[in-house]
Amino acid sequence: MASAEEVAKEAERRDIRMRWLLSAPALLVIFFAATGPLLIVLVYSFLTPGPYGDVRWQFSPEAWIAVFMERDIFDDTLSLAAAHVTIFWRSIKLAIITTIATLALGFPTAYFMATRSEKTRDLWLFLITIPFWTNLLIRTFAVLQIIRNEGLINTVLLKLGIISAPIQILFTDTAILVGMAYVYLPLMVLPIYASMEKLDFRLVEAGYDLYATRFQVLRRIIFPLVKPGVIAGSILVFIPALGAYVTPSVLGGGKNMMLSNLIELQFGQGRNWPLGSALSIAVMVIVMVALLAYVRNAGRSEVRHG
Amino acid sequence: MNRKTTAAAIGLALLASTSLARADGELNIYNWGNYTSPDVIKKFEQKYNVKVTITDYDSNDTALAKVRQGGTGFDIAVPSQTYVPIWIQEGLIQETDPGKMENFKNVAPEWANPEFDPGRKYTVPWALGTVGVVVNTDAYKGPSDSWGIIFNTPDELKGKVNVVPEMNDVIFAAIKYVGGQQCTTDKAVLKKVRDTLVAAKPDWIAMEYNTIEKMGAGDFKATSDWNGSALRQRLANPAIHYFYPKEGFGLWSDNVVVLKEAKNVENAKLFQNFIMDPENAAGLSAFHRYANAITGSDKYMPADMKDAQEVVIPEADKAHAELQLMCPPDVQELYTKIWTELQK
Repeated sequence: MASAEEVAKEAERRDIRMRWLLSAPALLVIFFAATGPLLIVLVYSFLTPGPYGDVRWQFSPEAWIAVFMERDIFDDTLSLAAAHVTIFWRSIKLAIITTIATLALGFPTAYFMATRSEKTRDLWLFLITIPFWTNLLIRTFAVLQIIRNEGLINTVLLKLGIISAPIQILFTDTAILVGMAYVYLPLMVLPIYASMEKLDFRLVEAGYDLYATRFQVLRRIIFPLVKPGVIAGSILVFIPALGAYVTPSVLGGGKNMMLSNLIELQFGQGRNWPLGSALSIAVMVIVMVALLAYVRNAGRSEVRHG
Repeated sequence: MNRKTTAAAIGLALLASTSLARADGELNIYNWGNYTSPDVIKKFEQKYNVKVTITDYDSNDTALAKVRQGGTGFDIAVPSQTYVPIWIQEGLIQETDPGKMENFKNVAPEWANPEFDPGRKYTVPWALGTVGVVVNTDAYKGPSDSWGIIFNTPDELKGKVNVVPEMNDVIFAAIKYVGGQQCTTDKAVLKKVRDTLVAAKPDWIAMEYNTIEKMGAGDFKATSDWNGSALRQRLANPAIHYFYPKEGFGLWSDNVVVLKEAKNVENAKLFQNFIMDPENAAGLSAFHRYANAITGSDKYMPADMKDAQEVVIPEADKAHAELQLMCPPDVQELYTKIWTELQK
């Protein structure tokens, strides 16, 4: 008996070893592909900028100091890097507002989809994925065509005599927000729909039977149950929105820098690769901290609901 | 110097047109997008039985970074005059001595011995241009031969002005506007530059490259721009005019260089000589819409470019032209700081 058990154990061990061995190439590739470039960026952030781009292999904390502090070019005083703070805050604010806007639009959409009959649900799902068929840049230019001065909205309003001069929508913050909400909406709808689909609507009926108001049903029953979807959707929207590059520059006119423009400047005309690297790492840290805070917070309230 | 649009299609077309004939050699050109005349390339291929491949880049910095990495397989690149000294210093290009080539006699005297390549030991002129002001005269009829259109925008144009976000060009213009010298380290001047830029920005509607389309569609009524781009805008809408700012405007020139790692050096030299021929130089201009530095090429220029004031700088304005230089790294750092403050 004992020996049979041992044989079984040995077989199991061999099986596990075999699995590790077989997946090792893929794991190694993923590990190095994920950490390799990041490590290079991290190392570069501690080097000296070369005179015309690139880096010199000489340790320097300058780049990291420059992320947070700036030496005034005119009176040489060291102060908080106000320009960087402004740009960081602009990007973070845009990402937060985009998340809220897509949530406000995406939640009802997902609810609508989940409450259709089985057959039509697939059709709705299919319709939601259509924007993914075209490139992000093309979708952004489509929005531009609609809102520009000689675009669809202004032409129609002018023809109807509602306005006498075109409304300036393009190159405003509104334009950026419209574009961002449009581009990222599917990323919010899909995860919420995935949780909503699994929602047992008998619970909703039970709520009504117990004289809950519509709002109470939404707040106490539906929302807690689809919360994982809301969290996933918010993360999926927030992170790419923070690094958004194409949409703000095409619809916003590029007058005000976003984080991504600031980083690009350092690798291009600014010729300060270490600063660009340090800024990139700083953005990653912000995203990670935000994520951790979010997930922890979400986890805690989950317990309370349970 | 923005030729952002891709010429991949042109490259493909060239490949298709040349793959049939067996070529004796190859030539790999690394150039700005939408910048290389397919007709002239075809002529070169037929004359020397060489197969040409073109790859695009979108900025001087991209080209420099890529070639510095090495192993590109390119024979020829076309950096701007501000970057040529870097390419030489970094040992990326070889002395092909174009000054001694057969067609060099055609190079206009003022371009035969430029500051960025004394004696033309490395480079052959490809295109020349200026950076000035473009105004839609339907929207504003006042005097426009000044950077004031951008930096002290007249009321009619407020909220309708675009600035092409090329850092060095914008700061060059602002320095000229406040009366300084390019690449200055004079803090008093730079402070004026920063204050002028920051104060002017609220009157701008955008800072982007896509001027031809947006001036055409009426999204912009004025913009800072390159002359070739301005010419294309005027051909689409006669009300659009190009102006040479009287405070001084930048002159640039892109130049053909042969890389040190080139494998087809002889073909590259043939090409350098080939484009100094007046007819070929005119062919290049007809495509990219910029002037060239070859005397006698005006005979072959397309009719709409021969007297175009965007291409031929009027005598009165010539005195205000100044070749833009590459500023030293410490000055560049000051520029970047001002730029960040402007765009924050």
